[in-house]
Amino acid sequence: MAQTAEPVKVGLLSTLSGPGAGLGVDIRDGFQLAVKLAGNKLGGRPAEVIVADDQASPDVGRQTADRLVKRDKVDFMTGIVFSNVMLAAGAPTFASQTFYISANAGPSQYAGEQCNPYFFSASYQNDNMHEAAGQVVQDKGFKRVALIAPNYPAGKDALTGFKRFYKGEVASESLPALNQLNFGTELSQLRPSKADAVYIFLPGGMGINFIKQFVAAGLSKDMTLFGPGFSGDEDVIKAVGEPMLGMFNTSQWAHDMDNAANKKFVAEFEKEYGRLPTLYAAQGYDAAQLINAAVRDSKGKLEDKAAVRKALEAAKFDSVRGAFKFNNNHFPVQDYYLRVITKDSKGRVTNRMMGAVLKKHADAYASQCKMPG
Amino acid sequence: MNSILLLEQAFNGLQFGLMLFLLAAGLTLVFGIMDMINLAHGSLYMVGAYLIAAITAATGSYWWGLAGGVLGAGVFGAVLELSILRHFYQRDHLSQVLGTFAILLMCNEGVRLIWGAQPVPLNTPDMLAGPVEVLPGFFYSSFSLFIIGVGLLVALLMYVLITRTRLGMQVRAGAANREMAMAMGVNVSALFTAIFALGAALCGVAGGMLGPVLAVQVGMGESILIVAFVVIVIGGIGSIRGAFLGALLVGVIDTAGRTFMPLLFSRLMSPEAAANAAPAVASILIYLLMATVLFFKPRGLFPTHG
Repeated sequence: MAQTAEPVKVGLLSTLSGPGAGLGVDIRDGFQLAVKLAGNKLGGRPAEVIVADDQASPDVGRQTADRLVKRDKVDFMTGIVFSNVMLAAGAPTFASQTFYISANAGPSQYAGEQCNPYFFSASYQNDNMHEAAGQVVQDKGFKRVALIAPNYPAGKDALTGFKRFYKGEVASESLPALNQLNFGTELSQLRPSKADAVYIFLPGGMGINFIKQFVAAGLSKDMTLFGPGFSGDEDVIKAVGEPMLGMFNTSQWAHDMDNAANKKFVAEFEKEYGRLPTLYAAQGYDAAQLINAAVRDSKGKLEDKAAVRKALEAAKFDSVRGAFKFNNNHFPVQDYYLRVITKDSKGRVTNRMMGAVLKKHADAYASQCKMPG
Repeated sequence: MNSILLLEQAFNGLQFGLMLFLLAAGLTLVFGIMDMINLAHGSLYMVGAYLIAAITAATGSYWWGLAGGVLGAGVFGAVLELSILRHFYQRDHLSQVLGTFAILLMCNEGVRLIWGAQPVPLNTPDMLAGPVEVLPGFFYSSFSLFIIGVGLLVALLMYVLITRTRLGMQVRAGAANREMAMAMGVNVSALFTAIFALGAALCGVAGGMLGPVLAVQVGMGESILIVAFVVIVIGGIGSIRGAFLGALLVGVIDTAGRTFMPLLFSRLMSPEAAANAAPAVASILIYLLMATVLFFKPRGLFPTHG
């Protein structure tokens, strides 16, 4: 047991500057909260979390990941927000046989043929929330939907996922550049498209600006706005406020979910940071819980990769989402819920959970994954 | 329906063009009269926007924020000129580029130290948050209309200042022939400080207009700086009239390109290919415009130097 004093090192590489910074900050805060509640330990060993900023740039992400696994010799990597950064930083991470626990990005590339024994998603597969949203829009009887998503891997996954479950007509499809902030062009094309609903996947500052401009242009009167949880979470609500009321969005988590792990998480998060957690914070928290369980169940022998992998695959932790298990491709099988933005009993504008849309939902790529043993 | 799309694009282009003019006006004067390349010009816009956001948050009023931030940006510009930049006037362009690039980096780091790496919130004032029905069936954001109004007002004030006042006369003289203006008794060093403060205040106005529409964040000045340089090169360095027309030209062409290129490309190729090709082509249009103008008029549309 002389080993127990050795700290467990985690490289938390996330987007901490620019329009996506709110997402990275919440992942970081959620992750660090879980570590703190475990007595600054992971699996009973002291925890050392090295925080770095990828600036939402694939180049910076790849270089920093390289540094974290080679120089700092971290045992686990986590934290990346954007899928383009994830795909760039993945290569050096997997090459060094470091386990990556995703607290957000879930690119389809890692779910299908390129699935990797060292990659685990504690969040979702990119298409999933959009699949649930497509189902909701379909169920509500909308016939002409305009789609807007950024031109990067997760944006393409989003539209693929939405169209897998939405069977109506697509009025228009726009793919603005990632981190574009002025949507004059997209809004002027929405007007003549005669869409009855608009589906946006615009994470972070993009969504904040789009919704503000959408309302300012007077389009919210004729078109119903739908989004994945990313476009209707606390970070967007805090910036936009009342115009968000009534917006439907889908997520694998909601802050009012009724389970013990979640109640504790939300209460502790509010106490620590003075704000409601977002789904990013919930994912960061669960990523830390998963690492905690893996270190514990592999008896702290982190050099035994097979044992750690087995412990990760077993995922013996109390997820804030309730039921959580891994599929063969290391992506979660979980429920996806509908949320609506309303005023809560304290008068705050926030999400309320409406119920499950997709039960025990797996991603569409798992069958193409031949996970190396 | 199509006429509404065209009208909306015209408004968007006008809005973008007028904001570019606010940024380019100071840049072109500094470049034209002092023969000084200032890469930190975009930082003045960033500092202005941050001050406006901070004062708005503190007072709860966007208007106080705007007034304070524009004033603050002007003071910041004057201090920068008095303390550092005036020592660069006699140096070559390479030293100026290096020196002002260092200032740009320091401004970015300074802002990051004070306000953090995350964007700071700055919202449109409530009275301008909704749409206005410009024509039957055509709604347009009232804040965007406000931006257009402010831009036109500033352009008019600049016109009066440059053509009808003593200061403007000195500015024009300085732009046309600096040595001669100095020989005729123009107090050049005071004039330079005044121009710099004015240019910085205009950047602050642009920061207050664009901040709520885009985002107040570190590095917001860089992308806009390049476009501002394109504008003054097209318009002719040192010319306010050139900056105005160049800015409108660039604003309208850039906006139209971003809207109509995707429509055009999606007719020609698959949506996937169009989504990748159209923005790429749209983003180089203004540089093609610059190359075309320089081919026919190597000194820009309105050259000032005799």
